[in-house]
Amino acid sequence: MTSEILTIKGVSKRFGGLRALDDVNLNVRQGSVHAIIGPNGAGKSTLLNCLVGRIIPDEGSVTFDGGSLLGHKPHQINQAGIARVFQTPEIFGELSVLENVMIPAFAKRDGAFRINAWRRARERGAVREEAEHILEDLNLSDQRDQIVNSMSRGDKRRLELAMCLVQHPKLLLLDEPTAGMSRADTNNTVDLLKKIAERGITKVIIEHDMHVVFSLAETVSVMAQGTVIAEGSPEEIKASAKVQEAYLGGAHL
Amino acid sequence: MSESVLNSDKAMGRSPAESHSPKGDGMRGFMSSSRSDYLLVAVFAAAILTMPIWLAPIGAGYPDILQKFAIFGIFALGFNILFGFSGYLSFGHAAFLGTGSYAAVWMFKLLSMNALIAVGFAIIVAGVFALLIGYVSLRRSGIYFSILTLAFAQMSYNLAYSVLTPITNGETGLQISRSDPRIIDNFFGADAHRLRVPDFFGIELQGWPGFYFCAVLLILAFFLTLRIRNSTFGLMLFAIKSNQNRMNYTGFSTRPYLLAAFVISGMYAGLAGGLLAVTDPLAGADRMQWTASGEVVLMTILGGVGTLLGPVIGAAVMKYLEQIFSSFNEGVLHRTFDFLTPELQDIMVTITSPFVGEGWQLTLGLMFMLVVIFLPGGIMEGIRRISRGLRRDRRDDAAPPAHAGH
Ligand SMILES: Nc1ncnc2c1ncn2[C@@H]1O[C@H](COP(=O)(O)OP(=O)(O)O)[C@@H](O)[C@H]1O
Ligand SMILES: [Mg+2]
Repeated sequence: MTSEILTIKGVSKRFGGLRALDDVNLNVRQGSVHAIIGPNGAGKSTLLNCLVGRIIPDEGSVTFDGGSLLGHKPHQINQAGIARVFQTPEIFGELSVLENVMIPAFAKRDGAFRINAWRRARERGAVREEAEHILEDLNLSDQRDQIVNSMSRGDKRRLELAMCLVQHPKLLLLDEPTAGMSRADTNNTVDLLKKIAERGITKVIIEHDMHVVFSLAETVSVMAQGTVIAEGSPEEIKASAKVQEAYLGGAHL
Repeated sequence: MSESVLNSDKAMGRSPAESHSPKGDGMRGFMSSSRSDYLLVAVFAAAILTMPIWLAPIGAGYPDILQKFAIFGIFALGFNILFGFSGYLSFGHAAFLGTGSYAAVWMFKLLSMNALIAVGFAIIVAGVFALLIGYVSLRRSGIYFSILTLAFAQMSYNLAYSVLTPITNGETGLQISRSDPRIIDNFFGADAHRLRVPDFFGIELQGWPGFYFCAVLLILAFFLTLRIRNSTFGLMLFAIKSNQNRMNYTGFSTRPYLLAAFVISGMYAGLAGGLLAVTDPLAGADRMQWTASGEVVLMTILGGVGTLLGPVIGAAVMKYLEQIFSSFNEGVLHRTFDFLTPELQDIMVTITSPFVGEGWQLTLGLMFMLVVIFLPGGIMEGIRRISRGLRRDRRDDAAPPAHAGH
């Protein structure tokens, strides 16, 4: 399990005069949980945007599973096996919970485009079953027929996670999955993420909550001002003076 | 969930209380059962075929106007597949309507007066045309997409008047004539040089047969729309409308889905255009003008965007109002107000006359404003509100207040 599934080399991105990413290097091992921490505006979300094709870096290379990701469209990147939970949930607000989960399952099964016009989705037994299975795993079964817009924030995040998991991605990107959650919800989510860790999906998780980071991650990278300033095991990061200074200064550890 | 009036909750095995949960947006029947679908189509078919009876009391029981209801109903149904389902607002759909008419008249001229051939060709040509325009326009979304479609439609309109005159016969419009080859008809020895009307295997499509021909196609179009809405393809369109970004990050290439929707809706427009030519074998470029494109937008919004029945109702209401208000003149107004004193009569006529006759669109505009402000979901939302109110009343009568919380 030492092979690398994701390799980011020398990635830079400018927004006008702002260096949002400045020569970022990052390796993610197959099957690992890799946390990225760092203050607001450090460039963490921007880095994920480079991975899913939302933005194209000015310089550098991103290699995933043996091929370059740069220049590929978001849907191609997803089809290659990367799914992302966004910082603000990107979900289908007007559709039901079950439909929200069935749609990504269809994408996984049928590919980027297929008309299959005449089949009713509810009759697509396999896809529906798969979606219901995931909903059960994530304790969303009761809300199956609910319209997503009317759900609580925490539930929306869990739903987005379900939408990613139903695709069995090779790499799962999580952008602050517990932000804005209550302590209890956070703990639930951590348990959930631990549970899915057993499935061997590689995860990159951006997180502010140190409790979450240190209970999940095997490797932690610290970003500040667009670069990775430190990397190591949670213990090493906790001990690093550089990190303390740059980021953890007043944090509760 | 329900298309309220017609789509029964019971058929779906849910209690009324459940169906009032936030699920009830009235837009989609994605999870509805096939039984309730067939019921819906059956009721729809019955309602359309009996229009001559139940619309007679309001003065719409004659074929000319009823076939307009049917034709523009088809146009709006198709438009709604694009706009209502996927959220892409085309301002150029009249281009496909006009193309359909030209294609149909050409079939009358070249091959046969058989309406099926004409309508089939109209659908194909409009579909190909929609493929071209859609391919380019769908490179953008939102307002830019709308502008692109508008630009293409206006280009088509201008081309029809200028360089394309050999095909469109310019300002005169394309007509059938005695000297047309009409190969198939002549081959079968039909009275070659008699000018005939379009027919359906011998039945001349004038008057009532004309209406029923359009009505049957409307019912088929409605059934097809229902099937599209309930299919996986339909679900993808609704998902694109809801969050196109998520669709991309979920692994879908959204453009082919949108292009398919665009072409399908262009084909509906082509069918409608073909039917216009069937009921009156003449095609002119004004059918492609932007006002005609705007009309179908209004019909759809008036009836209820994204709903199944809304566009059909919106089209009928608009065509009906057009007929009624545009036929009013001062004489009719004087007669309407003849219960008043002559002075008051004059005042009332002066006030109301700008809203009728040529000015009927003023009335339309006012009504449109009222609907958008007070019933943003269109007429269908009105129907839904009423039926929900009625149902609640009924439940309050029947059940103890324990239910009231729902
Ligand atoms: N699309 C964009 N256009 C301009 N500036 C951006 C854009 N995306 C991010 N930025 C800027 O880049 C910096 C890094 O942002 P971000 O990656 O969101 O930080 P964080 O580490 O908090 O996720 C911020 O200063 C932000 O304002
Ligand atoms: Mg961020």
